[in-house]
Amino acid sequence: MIDLTVIWAGIIGFAIVAYVVMDGFDLGIGILFPRFDVGDERDVAMNSVAPVWDGNETWLVLGGGGLLAAFPLAYAIILPALYAPLIAMLLALILRGVAFEFRWRDPGHRALWDVAFTLGSTVATFAQGVTLGALLQGISVEGRAYAGGWWEWLSPFSLLTGAGLVVGYALLGACWLIWKTEGSLQEKAYRHARRLGIALLVAIGLVSLATLTLEAQYYQRWLAYPGVLATAQVPLATLIVSALFFRSLARRQHAGPFFWVLGLFGLCIVGLGVSIWPDVIPARISIWEAAAPPSSQLFMLVGAVIMVPIILTYTGWAYWVFRGKVGADGYHS
Amino acid sequence: MSAWDQDLALLLARLQFAFTVSFHFLFPAFSIGLASFLAVLEGLWLATGKSVYANLFRYWVKIFAIVFAMGVVSGVVMSYQFGTNWAVFSDRAGPIVGPLMAYEVLTAFFLEAGFLGVMLFGLNKVGKKLHFMATCAVALGTLISAFWILSANSWMHTPTGYEMAANGQFVPGPSWWAIIFNPSFPYRLVHTTIAAFLTTAFAVGGVGAWHLLRDKDNPGARTMFSMAMWMAALVTPIQVFVGDLHGLNTLEHQPAKVMAMEGHFESHPDGAPLILLGVPDSAEKRVDYAISIPKASSLILKHDLNAPLAGLDTVPEADQPPVGIVFWAFRIMVGLGVAMLFLGLWSLVARWRGRLYDWRLLHRAAVLLGPSGFVAVIAGWVVTEVGRQPFTVYGLLRTTQSVSPLAAPAVAVSLTAFVVTYFAVFGVGIWYLLRLMHRPPDVHEAGLDGRPIRTAGITPAQAVIKGDAR
Repeated sequence: MIDLTVIWAGIIGFAIVAYVVMDGFDLGIGILFPRFDVGDERDVAMNSVAPVWDGNETWLVLGGGGLLAAFPLAYAIILPALYAPLIAMLLALILRGVAFEFRWRDPGHRALWDVAFTLGSTVATFAQGVTLGALLQGISVEGRAYAGGWWEWLSPFSLLTGAGLVVGYALLGACWLIWKTEGSLQEKAYRHARRLGIALLVAIGLVSLATLTLEAQYYQRWLAYPGVLATAQVPLATLIVSALFFRSLARRQHAGPFFWVLGLFGLCIVGLGVSIWPDVIPARISIWEAAAPPSSQLFMLVGAVIMVPIILTYTGWAYWVFRGKVGADGYHS
Repeated sequence: MSAWDQDLALLLARLQFAFTVSFHFLFPAFSIGLASFLAVLEGLWLATGKSVYANLFRYWVKIFAIVFAMGVVSGVVMSYQFGTNWAVFSDRAGPIVGPLMAYEVLTAFFLEAGFLGVMLFGLNKVGKKLHFMATCAVALGTLISAFWILSANSWMHTPTGYEMAANGQFVPGPSWWAIIFNPSFPYRLVHTTIAAFLTTAFAVGGVGAWHLLRDKDNPGARTMFSMAMWMAALVTPIQVFVGDLHGLNTLEHQPAKVMAMEGHFESHPDGAPLILLGVPDSAEKRVDYAISIPKASSLILKHDLNAPLAGLDTVPEADQPPVGIVFWAFRIMVGLGVAMLFLGLWSLVARWRGRLYDWRLLHRAAVLLGPSGFVAVIAGWVVTEVGRQPFTVYGLLRTTQSVSPLAAPAVAVSLTAFVVTYFAVFGVGIWYLLRLMHRPPDVHEAGLDGRPIRTAGITPAQAVIKGDAR
């Protein structure tokens, strides 16, 4: 018997991974933007993501829409619980999204739209990190509704996860620029990548340790014998991938650092899975309790099975069209 | 939470949804039509080789890029707002409307977003044919998007094909066809899509007329004005016909909405008057200063002068929509529709008399009606959505029972933030659009960055020489 609910949890997990892989670096470029010189450096950095940012963001819409469709109860509890950070994220995404067009349309106010690009990218990233932290630390639920106040999400832990994600996306952005650019911009990106890499490792360590103290379930999952033999592989692999990342930086590889950082993100997501599976609201509501009826899930599965491979194909094609180093004249010529 | 606090939180949540969805709707109403217009322009360029079509494509694609970006970012807000502010609705109707919206993401949003980059930046990289394909893919995506979101919206007006689960959820019945093709969907889809095309046609026509008033020999302005006026003349009559059918469908399924549109507080057993204008007074349940045509409403709605028409006195007070807003919004929509019909016919006369490009009064009227489509689609949207009240799922789930358990101050803060951000960001965006439209289309229209677009394998100098030769 195939469990549709598990399949849908997998599809939404895939959408979240795809979102982090694709939108992470373009938000990260926004976070790093003030570090680049006005003129060619900024134009090249912006051009390196301009043709793909819209598609990248669509994975966020699929994550939200998929959650509503496959796990409506989770959608109905999580979104009001995270009201303030989610509204902040949406407004921030507006600011950074329009900046892509507006900064070219209005050279007189380009500096202002560059600020909007950075502010929007940073706030959106921070809010996503806070959302993750708030989910992990627990949400008050009563019956089929959120039962906490509108500040429940705010805690030292959620601020830590927020800051951690800002560091992580900035690192992805730096590594993307190492891959896609050359000259002074690439040089800067190498320097940022090294510092941000260290900062990210610190953040991963802090978040991991803090997580163990949040719920008995997390502590059990990670440290009870004999499970610990399996779970200990995750931090071990994290150390190995980190070492490979720094080696790749030291060898001045172009594409390598980006993929090693993606590996780090992948391990963090595996770690999350260890903590919360099979809950959709950690330690509160399981995926089966929140699931839409099988008829809804099956109907969508048909669409997902046909469409996701097609989407990945033409998304891959769009990236292929804009492959290689981005020159100073970019795509706008 | 006190009852007063709850009422205020509900009101603020409704205001926030109305504000964000209305603002959002302006952009797709334009980009749906504009994407198809761009596909037609590029197709004509490839088929005829005439540079005027390439120049017009480059002129309008810069406008499209801004409109589309604003549509995307304001649309992401909508996909989350169902959950943040309408959590109970999301939980209960999620198994039905969720999959429809997920299909919109899978079949439309990715298609638009995936090919947009190639459409805007890729002509040099992929060549003309693949670029044309990308433009068509974006245009197709906008239409597929309209299909799914209007299916979900229509289901909220005319819910069919569902069953009630023990936990209070609406769950799909045996057939998804009954859900997707619910009774009001075909009418709403056709009416709304045509509305988007006409919105674009009148905006393009207005811009063309604006430049003809300055220089009646500008080839770009002439071509865009002529194309827009063909749309106005041929498609507006179709829209009037489709709108009438949509109205009859609404009378069948949501009679209270039609009563509010017509201002019929009372039943009329032998022929209802058509109230052209008047001031509805909901407290006194009458229309003051009414100018009406006896029995004409029965003629339009029932095709019989003496057919009885029920009024709001047959609907329980608690199930009635607010009359004033629906009544006025309907008259704004219809009034603009009549004006658009008139302009379309006028353009035919001008064309027949050979005065399409030098009849200044016609051009002034076209400039005046340039924004008419935007006002009309928002008014029409208000008619249908406010007319659905006091329900979110018509007749089954009340708006008061759909809202998230949020405190009023939280929603007040978010609403303020939305209003400030939208007016600032989209206000500036609309100003950029107007500035682009104010500039006349050049003979050698520049690309997105102000420099001429190169075609694959040809240097700019050669492209210019080729352009001159045509």
